[in-house]
Amino acid sequence: MKRSLSVLIASVALALAGNVTAADFKACFVYVGSKTDGGWTQAHDIGRLEAEKHFGGKVETVFVENIAEGPDADRAIERFARSGCDIIFTTSFGFMDPTLKVAKKFRKVKFEHATGYKTADNLTSYNSRFYEGRYIQGQIAAKMSKQGVAGYIASFPIPEVVQGINAFVLGAQTVNPDFKLKVVWVNTWFDAGKEADAAKALIDQGVDILTQHTDSTAPMQVAAERGIHAFGQASDMIAAGPKTQLTAIIDTWGAYYIKRIEAAMNGTWKSQSTWDGLVDGILTMAPYTNMPDDVKAMAMNTEAKIRSGDLAPFTGPINKQDGTPWLKAGERADDGTLLGLNFYVQGVDDKLPQ
Amino acid sequence: MEIAENILLTIATASTPLLIAALGELVVERSGVLNLGVEGMMVMGAVCGFVLTATTGSPWLGLIGAVFAAALFSLLFGFLTLSIATNQVASGLSLTLLGLGLSGLIGEKFVGIAGQKLPSLYIPGLSDIPLIGRLVFGQDPIFYISLALVVGVMWFLFRTRAGLTLRAIGDNHESAHALGIGVIRARYLAVLFGGACAGLAGAHLSLVYTPQWVENMTSGRGWIALALVVFASWRPWRVLAGAYLFGGVTIGQLHAQALGVGIPSQLLSALPYLATIAVLVIISRNRRLTLLNTPASLGRPFVPNR
Repeated sequence: MKRSLSVLIASVALALAGNVTAADFKACFVYVGSKTDGGWTQAHDIGRLEAEKHFGGKVETVFVENIAEGPDADRAIERFARSGCDIIFTTSFGFMDPTLKVAKKFRKVKFEHATGYKTADNLTSYNSRFYEGRYIQGQIAAKMSKQGVAGYIASFPIPEVVQGINAFVLGAQTVNPDFKLKVVWVNTWFDAGKEADAAKALIDQGVDILTQHTDSTAPMQVAAERGIHAFGQASDMIAAGPKTQLTAIIDTWGAYYIKRIEAAMNGTWKSQSTWDGLVDGILTMAPYTNMPDDVKAMAMNTEAKIRSGDLAPFTGPINKQDGTPWLKAGERADDGTLLGLNFYVQGVDDKLPQ
Repeated sequence: MEIAENILLTIATASTPLLIAALGELVVERSGVLNLGVEGMMVMGAVCGFVLTATTGSPWLGLIGAVFAAALFSLLFGFLTLSIATNQVASGLSLTLLGLGLSGLIGEKFVGIAGQKLPSLYIPGLSDIPLIGRLVFGQDPIFYISLALVVGVMWFLFRTRAGLTLRAIGDNHESAHALGIGVIRARYLAVLFGGACAGLAGAHLSLVYTPQWVENMTSGRGWIALALVVFASWRPWRVLAGAYLFGGVTIGQLHAQALGVGIPSQLLSALPYLATIAVLVIISRNRRLTLLNTPASLGRPFVPNR
């Protein structure tokens, strides 16, 4: 009797212990901003939540916000690696070297770094072809602009941003070869006030379409106030400008996170370097609003062509800004060149900061 | 011509929060207290102003609430540094960190909600005068308050007995105490005023400048205000000049970029800081006068010994 009781207690204890570690897989996320920033980090967090929901109780997700790019990132990533994370996603360009450093120390943990280019046996780099959306936006801008001039609020002169500016201009030129783009660099990812100032400056100088590669909705608000159209960035910004937003590039990381966590769980995870686009669903376009039907049809047509692979934004003939040839007719830019893109194409009315 | 007016309006909007926060800090520092929590109080003002406006539907209530919330928040700093005489630098820094975190928590449910703008002044006829109409008669109420504050602070500090007392406390709190002046009480009032001003500056951000709430939306403006006070050598009119110079060059460089002048944008972005420091250092170059204006007890904790 006594014996069976102890067996019973032991089995109950075991069952309880089993309950405590119900999630047998832990996925961890390191964010550069706050998860409610309304843009970049929020998009990653939505992806995390989708993954958590998808796996039910089998995967536990953990995140840490507002990690500065630098030594702080080392510490945060290493703490995650020590605390039993099976896979760690680091979601900012500046986390690249810290992630690599920690990945070398923790061989059994899998690492995934967003928007960088360095990899290792246990470190994958993943990215999104945001520029595909920019190309569509450029076409819409050229159709919708009465002045033939758009304004671009840019953050830092890194390849990702330069790709966006070039793709926007190339798209616009397919509609209006003389289309002009004014670029203002604010040297920040996130400063609502400064972004608003830049928007006002651009509008005062005659642009009637606004697009941004910064993360707050302030430019959208200014555009709404001044009665011009604008494009959203990273998240759908329609709430900030119901009559203003034409479309937005929305980052949708969820499917990718689910795919990679699944691979890590069933042992098929391999280090790789992916650069997905519209067709993979890693970015989607917000509904095309506030535009005539023919412009909408054109945008949807272009989107379909990019998805099917019939159209690649960086296809020759394309000249560099100074008029020297870059791509021959029909030639497509290779990913290596695009990932290091540090020059403008012809038609950008700005000097690229070096 | 309209573009000139637009540029001046943008400059006024960009300069106003810096001016208000700096004026508040100026009074605090004149009393001998260094409050590095401006950024934290400002962001608390921004979030409380926005949340109150969104829940009550009245930006005016939001404005008043922001001022009170930030003043209340500054009391925490007052208690730490004045009542229990902790280190002012450390307490101020923690106030900033606490403010940034707490505001994120308070505002979490309000991110992405379309805000309501504080209505601008409109006087039929006067506001429609070309070029100067909107500039003089058509701005937001906080702009007019900021100018009134400049005059008010100048008058208070240099034309009233209470202002003289405040400056005496800032120069030598032991002597002031020996004369029977309530040092702690006066400093509490100064800290409260500084908090209220920072709250007003924050409300300007979330109710006028960019009517929305996003975490960390002050983006370092509190620190710029702090620097302005020092570079303006604790003189209100120089704070006014510094704030508008900073705002002016900030907007000017954005226009220069949009025009496509061939100057590297990194240099242009640094220009507001460089220009403001250069000009304020030049106007403060008289060392004797600057020393005269520097509150001698600045940052030193005061413990009444008898």
